[in-house]
Amino acid sequence: MESHLLAEASASTTRGLTITLFLIFVAITLGITIWASRQTKTATDFYAGGRQFSGFQNGMAISGDYMSAASFLGIAGLIALYGYDGFLYSIGFLVAWLVALLLVAEFLRNSGRYTMADVLAFRMRQRPVRSAASISTIVVSIFYLIAQMVGAGALVSLLLGIKPGTTFLGMDADTAKVATIILVGALMIVYVTVGGMKGTTYVQIVKAFMLMIGALVMTVLVLAHYKFNLSTLLGDAAAQSGKGSAFLEPGLRYGVEKATATETFYSKMDLVSLGIALVLGTAGLPHILTRFYTVPNSKTARKSVVWAIGIIGVFYLFTLALGFGAAALVGGKAITAQDKAGNTAAPQLAQALGIKYFGGDTGGAILLAIIAAVAFATILAVVAGLTLASSSSVAHDFYANVIKRGTASERDEVRVARISALVIGAVAIFLSILAQKQNVAFLVALAFAVAASGNLPAILYSLFWRRFNTAGALWAIYGGLISAVVLVFFSPVVSGSATAMFPDSDWHWFPLNNPGIISIPLGFLCGWIGTVLSKEDDSAKYAELEVRSLTGYGAH
Amino acid sequence: MTTQVPSESSTERYQNVQKSEDFQRLRHKLRSFVFPTTVAFFAWYLLYVLLSAYARGFMSAKIVGNINVALIFGLLQFASTFLIAWYYSRYSSRELDPIADSIRNKMEEGAE
Repeated sequence: MESHLLAEASASTTRGLTITLFLIFVAITLGITIWASRQTKTATDFYAGGRQFSGFQNGMAISGDYMSAASFLGIAGLIALYGYDGFLYSIGFLVAWLVALLLVAEFLRNSGRYTMADVLAFRMRQRPVRSAASISTIVVSIFYLIAQMVGAGALVSLLLGIKPGTTFLGMDADTAKVATIILVGALMIVYVTVGGMKGTTYVQIVKAFMLMIGALVMTVLVLAHYKFNLSTLLGDAAAQSGKGSAFLEPGLRYGVEKATATETFYSKMDLVSLGIALVLGTAGLPHILTRFYTVPNSKTARKSVVWAIGIIGVFYLFTLALGFGAAALVGGKAITAQDKAGNTAAPQLAQALGIKYFGGDTGGAILLAIIAAVAFATILAVVAGLTLASSSSVAHDFYANVIKRGTASERDEVRVARISALVIGAVAIFLSILAQKQNVAFLVALAFAVAASGNLPAILYSLFWRRFNTAGALWAIYGGLISAVVLVFFSPVVSGSATAMFPDSDWHWFPLNNPGIISIPLGFLCGWIGTVLSKEDDSAKYAELEVRSLTGYGAH
Repeated sequence: MTTQVPSESSTERYQNVQKSEDFQRLRHKLRSFVFPTTVAFFAWYLLYVLLSAYARGFMSAKIVGNINVALIFGLLQFASTFLIAWYYSRYSSRELDPIADSIRNKMEEGAE
């Protein structure tokens, strides 16, 4: 096996091919975006893609929005390096969809219009609740955006094989990172401002299709190598990992046994905390919630979530084969030599499989290039979805309902949404360049924790609790948001550990990496306290919300 | 797109629909399915996470070849998720949608 991602001879072939394939993807998606812009006339077109997508189409698009670089490269890498624990991570991401299916998707579709805040503010005082929901939407989306864009920057030098000391188009590795962040940012701004929800949705569908095909082909090749015997694959992965049967058991990455009983206790609590945040976060992610508005009715919203569960579930089963396959066929040493976090495990596996099945180095270079291009497409599509969700919230919640108090014209609203996408995109590019040397992997977990602690309690109380009111919504959103952010700020991921954002300082007092186990119950508790402390109690408005959310009467 | 003009009568209308026998039946059928199911899958998932954290010996027991309890438990989480999604969509299209459709149709007729 190759010990480095790119053997010198095939490096330029791969680089050229990766760039060509990626440019083809960009050309196709830009074509779709321009076509979609001609179909985008009303606010409903821009925010909700005209509500004309089918259950399968939206299911693909949801999967496209959800299967980020973190879940494709990240989980495959986690499994390749830590074995079973990477699988544990993907299970949380999948089970989470049941919350969206059973408790959120259909009711949100029936009672809302364009954003998460439409449901939260339905029976509340509009301005404070919409402001809070808008802030929370932007915080979650920006955290997620920075993580994706910094990830893209880090990947480009690896995937294009730019090593320290060498240059590509006159750029060294650091310049290439910045250039990638700017390019990704610029493209996402174009997709969103030009294509709106319709264009972005088709980009997600194309990306999901490419990702599923790529993962399927690699999975079949890995399994074929082991004559479709899962046990042999697992045994080989365990042997090659150098960790023996522990590789196939939980505990190498999460809930690690430590020297002292206290440390072990915190380590295991951290695992439980992560597990809870993963499951409860998904149904509070604004860019996922806005997807439910792109279909004609709640039945289609339900179908689209069922499709998404099927597609995402099968995808995570593929990553299981990819991760163990990379451990067995590439080996832990070769993976960490390329990237310590294991993010290049899947591309390295592609190269190894290409060499084995498609005629040596050239075959390896081709399959590597395909998977690298798929990885770029993945990042690009996810950042577009995030930018759209946050700019919709700025325009529809903040501009139209808070500043203009509902008097803004549709045209104005869409114009503001486009400008916000530009501004949010620019801010995200700027912050990502600043943060590019930081370890930002925790930002995705933080986004999930904020979504689970602030947004989900407010959504569930809104839909199912008659007594819930304005004060309760504000307490839930701000309480969950602030507690999650504060706990992370004082946790070992920000300071006081070797892998922290600031490894040389130490102000941490919260022992866990993930705040979920404290901040999620706190979000629910805050929502309850805020509600009972306020006298506001409007049964009539709840009657309207409940009737509309359950029957679809008066749905947009 | 229908535009709702809130008026005194529409407020009363929603409250009357909410009190109606059909709506109460729909509400009961929905809540008696989704709430217990949510509790069940969350408990089942939490059990899996807790076993992964605290019952390593049990999870590492090998069943067939290199396939251990942890892997089977994880795959069962996939299976239960697929099963619940399938069963819920069957349940709602048989039990919930007809009632919801009939209430909505009656309201839309009344609105004209």
